[in-house]
Amino acid sequence: MITYLEAIRAAQAKALRDDPRVYIYGQDVGAFGGAFKATKNLASEFPGRVLDSPLSEDAIIGSAIGAALAGMRPIVEMQFADFSTVGFNQIVNHAATLFWRTGHSCPVTIRLPSGGTAGAGPFHSQSLEALYAHYPGLVVLTPATVEDAYAMLLEAVAIDDPVIFCEHKYLYYHLKAAELPSEAMPVGKARVARHGRDATIVSYSAMLHEALAAAEELATEGWEVEVVDLRSVKPLDTDTVLASVARTGRLLAVGESFPWGGVTSEVLARVAAEGFDLLDAPPRRLNARDTPVPYHPNLWGTHRPTAVTIAGEARSLLNF
Amino acid sequence: MPVPLEASANPPTNAPLMDRFRTGYRWMLLARMTEEKIASLYRTGKIVGGVFLGKGQEALSTAVGMSLRKGDYLAPLIRDQAARMAFGEPLLDTLRTYMGVRSGPMRGRDGNIHRGRPSEGVLAMISHLGAMVPALAGVLMAHRFQGIQNTIGATCIGDGGTSTGAFHEGLNLAAVERLPMVVVVANNQYAYSTPNTRQFVCNDLVDKALGYGIDGHSADGTCLQSCLEVLQLAADRARSGHGPQLVVASLLRLTGHGEHDDGSYIDPLLRKTPVGRDCLKLAEEKLLANSWATPAEIALWHSETQQQIEDSVAVTLREPLPDPAHEDWCALSNRHLAEG
Ligand SMILES: Cc1ncc(C[n+]2csc(CCOP(=O)(O)OP(=O)(O)O)c2C)c(N)n1
Ligand SMILES: [Mg+2]
Repeated sequence: MITYLEAIRAAQAKALRDDPRVYIYGQDVGAFGGAFKATKNLASEFPGRVLDSPLSEDAIIGSAIGAALAGMRPIVEMQFADFSTVGFNQIVNHAATLFWRTGHSCPVTIRLPSGGTAGAGPFHSQSLEALYAHYPGLVVLTPATVEDAYAMLLEAVAIDDPVIFCEHKYLYYHLKAAELPSEAMPVGKARVARHGRDATIVSYSAMLHEALAAAEELATEGWEVEVVDLRSVKPLDTDTVLASVARTGRLLAVGESFPWGGVTSEVLARVAAEGFDLLDAPPRRLNARDTPVPYHPNLWGTHRPTAVTIAGEARSLLNF
Repeated sequence: MPVPLEASANPPTNAPLMDRFRTGYRWMLLARMTEEKIASLYRTGKIVGGVFLGKGQEALSTAVGMSLRKGDYLAPLIRDQAARMAFGEPLLDTLRTYMGVRSGPMRGRDGNIHRGRPSEGVLAMISHLGAMVPALAGVLMAHRFQGIQNTIGATCIGDGGTSTGAFHEGLNLAAVERLPMVVVVANNQYAYSTPNTRQFVCNDLVDKALGYGIDGHSADGTCLQSCLEVLQLAADRARSGHGPQLVVASLLRLTGHGEHDDGSYIDPLLRKTPVGRDCLKLAEEKLLANSWATPAEIALWHSETQQQIEDSVAVTLREPLPDPAHEDWCALSNRHLAEG
């Protein structure tokens, strides 16, 4: 069995093996193998290509941008997604604007260990996909499965544009697959993770699994809920979402990040604008609460959506 | 009977070294034993989330706390259990924050080292290293605007944290504004697993002071006397209008980065060099060698400290945990401006 985390490591190993332009840079990614061990053994397998950086996010990302412009394919690891905000300027103003301004693309991959885990608190739990998706010029990926973690990371490295790769820390060890995929859906295509006809739940990353558990629960009550895994939040596959809503007539979008704006708002806005006539009920969205992510598990457990709250929200939608 | 330890009763900074050293030792001991207790609570699953300890850094941290007076500000960082206590943070604040109980200053909303009481002069760090340097500079600018005189601020950072933009920007700003700020670098040779050789290439971090146009001081981070003397000098100079002071102390973290980490990447030879000595042991040896304390007195300090910690843990363990149903989920002080 291979875990989500091992898939990320394996994808980086393959990228290093297949493409001499690839190198990995970040805090503690070298001999130590990274805070989460996503680069374990890579420094010794690929001497000189997996380097410990100083504690300098702005410079880590800035240097990756320069290296990408000069022909390299950097993979950068932020120790936690939360710390990428220190390099925010380089990401959104520099990497993201280059192609549009100069016609020269900027193939950097920025890995963000994202999302909440018990006890991690306000600064080691955040999900920043919406923030980055807001900016033109970035591709933002949010794999929810071991297969996608592997295939999408390889694709991220191959893409000529800057890619924000949001890997969920909760899935690192919790998610296992029998083997790595040999082929995968391309970036930009959403996937129907569970078929149903009564309602559509759109989700991504760790929340997909909460949504699937909610659908399972609802099935015991006789509801057939369809679950769509966005896979990439930018580009966002509106067609697959609309096709699902066309089948079910009901939409619930679920995300782990803060409630103001974001991916779930975007999904609702698109469906409302392009598929209003498909809806049999007002579309709903469920996100984390509008506070920083709390430390104590008692609070954290109700700060973000869970299978229970998703099922509750879905019942309201189904009974409308 | 020894007098109970109270930050308000710290000997004045011009008191004889012996008095300050004795008090300093007791803060170190309290910090060390408190953290040992926290580590054992963590191992038994009583603490969820990270535990990051200051073992080996207590002499420096204590000296930082003792160099400050009421009205000053402290912006502690990861390994500053001792500075917090010596500046007046109650033991219960530590335990309540780690346990996440409602009665603590963070009410379960934030944990461990991120605690603080801004209204009492202790800033609550964010994890993003370097960020506290400009924030503390702002406190001191406010004091200047408000005509508050004679207060200073101290903040701590690691060797790794000196590589951040915020550290550089904050220190430069403080220098330009000539703020009464002491910035203390605990050079413990590693930032998580990253050795100094991958962090900076200057000979000595204290050389950076020259670049900022500020005073720089070096301390032996394993020696309480050195730390007390250097921090006092730096605090005095900051207080008397000489602008920011950079203090760099060499030492070694005598534990993992956090309790989840065994620190196996630390060069074992370093432990045998002077930076690898245990500051608490050295301080105890000095107390005895100088007859500044008797063995019986030291033993009493140990048992009293142990009792104080056990009592406080017992209190904390009985206190209510946060309850999501009764939590006030409002991130704004202006309730009417908050969205549900
Ligand atoms: C801006 C930022 N990037 C990354 C981290 C993750 N991180 C937490 S502690 C640490 C190492 C800190 O090393 P140092 O500053 O030397 O302090 P020490 O832990 O040695 O006391 C890192 C990389 C962080 N907290 N902030
Ligand atoms: Mg360090």
